[in-house]
Amino acid sequence: MSIDWTHFTPWSSLAGGVLIGLAAAMLVLLNGRIAGISGIVGGLVAARRGDAAWRVAFVLGLFAAPLVMLLYATAPRIDAGAGTLAVAGLLVGLGTSYGSGCTSGHGVCGLSRLSPRSLVATAAFMAAGVATVYLARHFA
Amino acid sequence: MSALAAFAAGLLFGIGLILGGMTDPGKVIGFLDIAGSWDPSLAFVMGGAVLVGLFAFALARRRATALLGGAMHLPQRRDVDLRLVLGSVVFGIGWGLAGFCPGPALVSFASGEGKAAIFVAAMLGGMIMYTGMERLASRPRGRAA
Repeated sequence: MSIDWTHFTPWSSLAGGVLIGLAAAMLVLLNGRIAGISGIVGGLVAARRGDAAWRVAFVLGLFAAPLVMLLYATAPRIDAGAGTLAVAGLLVGLGTSYGSGCTSGHGVCGLSRLSPRSLVATAAFMAAGVATVYLARHFA
Repeated sequence: MSALAAFAAGLLFGIGLILGGMTDPGKVIGFLDIAGSWDPSLAFVMGGAVLVGLFAFALARRRATALLGGAMHLPQRRDVDLRLVLGSVVFGIGWGLAGFCPGPALVSFASGEGKAAIFVAAMLGGMIMYTGMERLASRPRGRAA
C-alpha cells in the first residue's frame, strides 16, 4: 500500500463530513428521521400514505445541491461504462434494500447511534467494496 | 414546515457529499483501492460526519418527539442476521464496481450526468424488485435505515 498524496483532500473531506453530520442531525432532531438515502428513496418506492412528503423534500434538497455547488465543483468524470453502471446500480438497489441501509444510513447514522447492526453492515460493505476494487484493478 | 426542514437537510447533505468528494466515483474507488495508491480522504468524510452524529443521536435518543412535533423514528433492531450481511455485501460489490452509493448517485444525476442516470434507474429497479419480492413473500419487514 502507498498513500495517494496528490488526491488526498483531508480538509475538504472533513468539512464535507461535518456538513453531512449536521444534515443528519437536523433531520433526526427536527423530523425524527434517519438520514439514510437508500431508506428514504426505498420508502418512496414502497410508498405509504402520509409518509412521502418529507422524503420527496429531502431528495429535492439533494438535487438542489449541485446547483448551489456549481461554482465550486467541476463535474467528476465517470469512468464506468453503461453496462457496469447498470449492474452496479441494480446491486446497490437490491443490496441496500435487503441490508436495510447504505453508507449514510448505516455508515453515518448507524455508527453514530452505536448500532451493532450498522457496524456489521458497514464492515461488510466496506470489505466487499475493497475486494471488488482489488479484483477489478489488480486482477482483471 | 417539516418538509422545509427535510429539504434543508437534503441540501446540506448534498453539499457535504460534493465538498467531501463522495460524488467523484474515481475518488471513491481510490479510497477502496487499499492495495494500490490509496486515497484515505473519504475516511475523513465518515469521521467528520460520525463526530457530529454522535452528539446529535445522543440528543435524539433522549427525546420522545422531534422538535417539529413528529414522532421519533429510530431503528430499534439490534440483531445481526444473514439478510443484513448479505445485503450489505451485495451493496458493497455494486459500490466498488461503479464508485457510486445512493446519495452521490442522486446528486450526480441531478447535475445532469447521463451516466449517473443509468445507475439511478438501475438502483430504483433493484428497490422495486425488492419491494415486489417482499410483497410476494407477504412478510412485511421494517426498513431500518
